[in-house]
Amino acid sequence: MKRIRNFSIIAHIDHGKSTLADRLIQHADLVEDRQFRDQILDNMDIERERGITIKSQTVNLPYKSKINGEEFEFNLIDTPGHVDFSYEVSRALASCEGVLLLVDASQGVEAQTLANLYAAMEHNLVVIPVINKIDLPSADIERVKEEIDGELGLDAESALLCSAKEGTGIEEIFEAVAERIPPPGGDPEKPLSALIFDAQYDSFRGTIISCRIFNGSVHPGDTIRLMAMGTQHRVEEVGIFSLKMEPKKELSAGMVGYIIAGIKTVSDTRIGDTITLDTNPAKEPLPGFKEVKPVVFSSIYPIASDDYLSLADALEKYKLNDAALVYQKDSSAALGQGFRCGFLGLLHLEIVQERLEREFDQSIIMTSPSVQYRFLLTNGNTVIIDNPAYYPEPTEIKMSEEPYIRASIMIPERYVGVVMKLCLERRGVNSRLSYPTSGRVEITFDMPLGEVIFDFYDRLKSITQGYGSFDYEIIDYRESDLVKLDILVNGEKVDALSMIVHREHARERGVKACDSLKDEIPRQQFKIAIQGAIGGKIISRSTITAFRKDVTAKCYGGDISRKRKLLEKQKKGKKRMKVVGSVEIPQSAFMAVLKTDTE
Amino acid sequence: MQFKPPICNPELETTDIDDEPAGLYIHVPFCKTKCPYCDFYSITDCSLIDAWLDALLKEMSFYDKDFSVFDSIYLGGGTPSLLSNRQIKRLMEAIRSHFAFLPDTEITVEANPDDITAAKLNSLQTIGINRLSIGVQSFNEKELKFLKRRHTGSKAKKAVNLAKDWGFTNIGIDLMYGFDGQTVKSWLGTMETAVDLEPAHLSCYQFTLGESTPYGKLKSEGKLKSISEKEEREFFLLTARFLKRNGFIHYEVSNFGKGRKCFSRHNRKYWQHIPYLGLGPAAHSFRNGQRWWNCRSVSEYCKILSQERKPIDGIETLSSDQLRLERLCLGFRTESGVSLNDISNSPSMAGALSQLKQSGFVRIRNNRIIPTQKGYLIADRLPLIFDVCSEE
Repeated sequence: MKRIRNFSIIAHIDHGKSTLADRLIQHADLVEDRQFRDQILDNMDIERERGITIKSQTVNLPYKSKINGEEFEFNLIDTPGHVDFSYEVSRALASCEGVLLLVDASQGVEAQTLANLYAAMEHNLVVIPVINKIDLPSADIERVKEEIDGELGLDAESALLCSAKEGTGIEEIFEAVAERIPPPGGDPEKPLSALIFDAQYDSFRGTIISCRIFNGSVHPGDTIRLMAMGTQHRVEEVGIFSLKMEPKKELSAGMVGYIIAGIKTVSDTRIGDTITLDTNPAKEPLPGFKEVKPVVFSSIYPIASDDYLSLADALEKYKLNDAALVYQKDSSAALGQGFRCGFLGLLHLEIVQERLEREFDQSIIMTSPSVQYRFLLTNGNTVIIDNPAYYPEPTEIKMSEEPYIRASIMIPERYVGVVMKLCLERRGVNSRLSYPTSGRVEITFDMPLGEVIFDFYDRLKSITQGYGSFDYEIIDYRESDLVKLDILVNGEKVDALSMIVHREHARERGVKACDSLKDEIPRQQFKIAIQGAIGGKIISRSTITAFRKDVTAKCYGGDISRKRKLLEKQKKGKKRMKVVGSVEIPQSAFMAVLKTDTE
Repeated sequence: MQFKPPICNPELETTDIDDEPAGLYIHVPFCKTKCPYCDFYSITDCSLIDAWLDALLKEMSFYDKDFSVFDSIYLGGGTPSLLSNRQIKRLMEAIRSHFAFLPDTEITVEANPDDITAAKLNSLQTIGINRLSIGVQSFNEKELKFLKRRHTGSKAKKAVNLAKDWGFTNIGIDLMYGFDGQTVKSWLGTMETAVDLEPAHLSCYQFTLGESTPYGKLKSEGKLKSISEKEEREFFLLTARFLKRNGFIHYEVSNFGKGRKCFSRHNRKYWQHIPYLGLGPAAHSFRNGQRWWNCRSVSEYCKILSQERKPIDGIETLSSDQLRLERLCLGFRTESGVSLNDISNSPSMAGALSQLKQSGFVRIRNNRIIPTQKGYLIADRLPLIFDVCSEE
């Protein structure tokens, strides 16, 4: 146990976490270079393309100190790098004794760097600051050191320098992990308590639980109990994560590894749950467990209504590996049968969308995302609505409430004006400014979640030329004057385009929604009228003109193939559109209604 | 690639059309000068004509057993009227020796007005050519200069009259409209001149620029203006209405016949999946649900045939969905329209159909969806509205 070091790398997005993980694995000589795929921990295509980690993975790295020849076993626990998955991050951190806090040498400390540091400090972890990307021409190591000292309150002299891309400074990181991070505590003789920090689905073996053993040990043949779920399972295999799973006779206190116990789906496990032995259970579960709740909701509909069953099947399969997604049947007058889904955040939503399309080959439409609103009705009941289609009768609403977040935004000082303006437009209140170091500002705002779920981060990035960083936590529900904005296409209300907005912004949002839809809905052979309405009163409108001509003069003699191929291409585009009434509405239109800035 | 005679494609549902007499197309890939808007394959080196002809005769020998009987021959190009009387004679004799024809076979030659002389007409008539398709494009001198045609408007008029004098009754005139610089007035003038010449057939093509043509490149560089969609629509409707008033039947998007007997028999093969054999560089053929095409190079074409091989560049076997999509795409361009059997009878299709009917784009007759004049205007859109099959 003395030779084990459990640690994570935490960083603001794009500060090079995955690249550093690659280098550590390479350095540990686990893989031959020719087999090495860049960023080996991110093994899903989407992760690779987007350069973000969604599903965290763990790897066991053997290391022999170059200084005194001592042999170590490192467990690098990779963490998802996005605010949507902050609970998963917290469970991974709870499994560690230390972290490498990665800071980009040219970007410096960002909002997520701070949030990550706080999370690590909550778990009393040893923090090793690492300044990455020192090879960049724009690297400013001295400035970053000042920020580490001033903004993070860490000893800047203890910071390591590296370039994960070039592979420099890696040995020093290994030595620091061995030296500075303490070995895990815990008692192998005590009753088993192990923390689940991840679970993955394998079509042959069922759920593979990633866990950290705090006390006791677990062996194949044991009957384990998942304390929060209250279920028992017989252990088939335990082991550690080398690059492949490597079975072991046991996992004992201090170790990080996997348990396979005939658990069918990942939804039968809860991240943060405690595993103990059924025969000799721990007195109490490990602290920190909570049920993750979705905060963003959207409906998924098949583009062709015949594909409903195929979509149902795909969602069921997808769900095997994503416990965070919740869904139930939904139907829309405009779009037919579908599913209402709850997501951890907008990124989570996009990931589900992409994977359903790519891996499960579904043609789907997703409606614009919504948060959960609370309505106190005149009859004394409270209803929670996550779908604008179910907005209560306005006359029966006594009070409306919506979820608020505390947003933390870090920016260079020169952007304070534009960022304040953006936050105020998004109904931000209670602003506070602090100046952690000269030239940089941290702004916090209380804002409705509904105002940030859509394009807030994109807008922030754009108005700050990429310098703004953003983090948030959900704080509470607050009273708000809400109305439902309906969209009518050719006089027909399209329920899936409705949204719940603040009364004061309703007109403006209606105008912008009509404008965006005008750009997104392709012209058709007839004129299309788009209207925004509140309670039957039209507040905005736009018109899409009919196309006047769509025919080519010639069919090029016998070369009909050329013509057909063009049509086949156009058909593909049309397949991405949902026919509502007689109007074809592309996926982009469902998202565009939420766009608040049209410039 | 050695091309085997196509075997029957089981996806082809309408087998009866395979028994219809086939069409024979000969691509004559030579022009005296290149028109800067034209996308068809041709070269200006006429010294290669004899080599091409040798190769063409060789190509015929590969196919003499594949098609039972033909009832149309079409010499297109390029500029077939560039061929000398001797060359045309040699070509026609070879065709007759390799293939079988029905007695009333339609035999068309495309001709540039500049090439139409008494001697040429005499020779064409002697070897049995019974239809002329004359590429006039415009009777307006200024426009002809823009189009870089080598003939003048008055020469074109004379050519048509001369052909009539020689006894050609089945004459088609090709015209072009909708390019920058043309006005409604000048286009009406061209059409009036054309109608006064009393041709049996008129093809009025909307000016279209292929990306790789010289004018297409100018357009993409922003150096050549094109007319607006609104103007395109107006020109199209003007053309359709004017010619209807003058007794022409608008039987295909760009084609007008003075009576049903004047419709181009050969083009109908393309539009109705009737078998056709295309010989010469870049020519396309279709038979039994298979389409194949030749290489797009005279020298390559000659070289391959000298090696006793077919000069085929590509071949595809159409799936039933592809055939159906083509039936939609071709059908909506013609007055015969599309069979109701070719669209699904789902409620959404029924809704789309009734909406199109109400808006006056199509009408239903004899179990077929027939495009109206307004429907022709969106003929490329209609197949997309009706084709919702979910293959791929």
